[in-house]
Amino acid sequence: MGLSSLEFAPGRAVDAADSVLPQFCIQCGTCSVVCPLIEYMDHSPRVLNAMLMAGSYDDVLRSRAIWVCTGCYACTVECPKQLPVTESIYALKRASMRAGVYPRRFITPVLARQFVRLVDRRGRSSEAWISLSLYLRTRPFQLLRYAPVALRLMRRGRLPLRPDSVRKPAQLHRILEVLDVTTEEDA
Amino acid sequence: MSYTYYPGCSAKGTGRSYEESLRAVFGALGTGLDELEDWNCCGASGYPAVDAAKAVALSARNLALAEGARPGPGPVDVIAPCAGCYRALLKTERALADGGAVAARVGGALGAAGLRYEGRARARHPLDVLVNDIGLDRIAEAAVRPLGGLRVACYYGCLLVRPYATFDDRRAPTSMERLLEAAGAEPIDWPLRTRCCGGSCYCGGPLIGALPEATLRLSYRLLKDAKRRGADAIATVCPLCQFNLEAFQGQMARRFDEPVDLTVGFFTQLLGTALGLNERALGVHRMLRWQLPEPTGAEGGAHVRA
Repeated sequence: MGLSSLEFAPGRAVDAADSVLPQFCIQCGTCSVVCPLIEYMDHSPRVLNAMLMAGSYDDVLRSRAIWVCTGCYACTVECPKQLPVTESIYALKRASMRAGVYPRRFITPVLARQFVRLVDRRGRSSEAWISLSLYLRTRPFQLLRYAPVALRLMRRGRLPLRPDSVRKPAQLHRILEVLDVTTEEDA
Repeated sequence: MSYTYYPGCSAKGTGRSYEESLRAVFGALGTGLDELEDWNCCGASGYPAVDAAKAVALSARNLALAEGARPGPGPVDVIAPCAGCYRALLKTERALADGGAVAARVGGALGAAGLRYEGRARARHPLDVLVNDIGLDRIAEAAVRPLGGLRVACYYGCLLVRPYATFDDRRAPTSMERLLEAAGAEPIDWPLRTRCCGGSCYCGGPLIGALPEATLRLSYRLLKDAKRRGADAIATVCPLCQFNLEAFQGQMARRFDEPVDLTVGFFTQLLGTALGLNERALGVHRMLRWQLPEPTGAEGGAHVRA
C-alpha cells in the first residue's frame, strides 16, 4: 500500500488532527517562528504543512523534523487558526512509525520504541534502564561522556538501577491487548 | 483533608527530592497525600508517538484506580507534580469526556480489565492546589522563615500551562511568582519562563537529552538569561526541566565557553525552606548544586549551604 493512500486519503484520517491541518493552514509561519527546535529541523512546521497540501506525504513521513519536535505546544497555542499543530505532528510520528519509514538512525524514534516496550512490559519506566539501553543501541561511545553525571546522581540516590514495575501487570496487559485487537470502526 | 497523589516515574528517580519536598510541604500545611495504589506510567510524550489510544488508556487506568480508591459520588483530585504526567492525565480526561471513538475503545478496554472511569477523577497540579485550595494567606502565615528577598526565576516550562490552561494563563502564567512572593521571595521578570528546556523528549531521565546538542543549547539559553536578569535560583515544576537545567551545567560551560552555574530547585524546595522545614526533609542533599544567598531582613532563615 502506498503511503499516500495509507493515512491521508480524504475522510480516512488516522485522527482528526491529520486531516484538519493541511486543509485549513494559511501558511502564515507562526508555528515555525515560535518553535524552539526549528534550527534542528530539516523542514519547518509550516513547510511540513505545505508539503502535505502538495501531496508529498512520503517526504513528510521520512523527515527528521517530526522527530525533532519535543511536543511543547508553543505552536498550538500561537496558531492564529487554532489548528492542533502539535497533535498533528504526533499523528505524523505514528504514521511514519506504522509505515516503517521513520529515520532508523535517528535517536528519538528509537527512544520512543524502547520506552513503549518497557512500559508495555513493566507498566513503569526506568530512567537508568532507558538511557543505558538507548545509548548502547545508538551511540555507545557517548556513554563515557555521561558517566560522571550518572555517578553523581547515583551517589545521591537519584538513579535507581532496578527497574520498577506495577504490581498487577496482568490488568494493564489486558487493557493494552484489547486495544491491539479493536479499531476505530469497532467502537 | 487529603489528596490522591500520582508520583510518576521520575519522582522515584532523578526527581526524588520533588516527591520529598512536596510531601514535606503538604504535611507542614496539614494536607495529606495518599499515593495511588499500583499506579502505572503516564505514557509521557513517547507513547503518543507510537499509539494514541494506548497512551490515553495508560492514564485512564490511573484515573480509574483513583476513583476506585475513593468511592463516589464526589470528585477525586489527583495531584500530579510532574508537568508531563499532569498533561497526560488532562489529555486522557478530555479524550474520555468527548465520547468519541477513542473514548469508546478505551472504555471497553478498561471494562475488560474490570475497571471503569466515571469522570470523577481529575488531575490537579500541586502549584494549583497550593495557590487556589490552600491559599496564599495561609502560606504567608506559615512562612516562618521567609525567603528574604531571594531573587527567583520561576520556570514553568512547556506542559504545565500548554496546551491546557487549567488554572493559569498559557502565555504569561503568574501562580508560581505569587506563591513564592508569599514565601518572601522576589520573583524576577522572566519572559522565557514557558520556553521549552529541550527535555520533554519522552520519558526523561539522565544521560538522555535525546538530541544532546539541542537540549544543551535550549537549557543554556534559559540559564544564561536567568543569570543575566540577576536570578539567585531557578524554581521548577517538572522533574525533567529540573534535571536538564541542573545536571549539564558543566557540559554547557565547556560547550559555550561561559559558566552558567545556578541553583535549580523544585518550587516545593524553596517553599519548604520558607516554611522552616529542614534541608534533609526537602531532599536538598540530593541536589548537584544548592547555594542560596544569605536572606535579607531580620526574619530571614539560615537556608544557606556551601
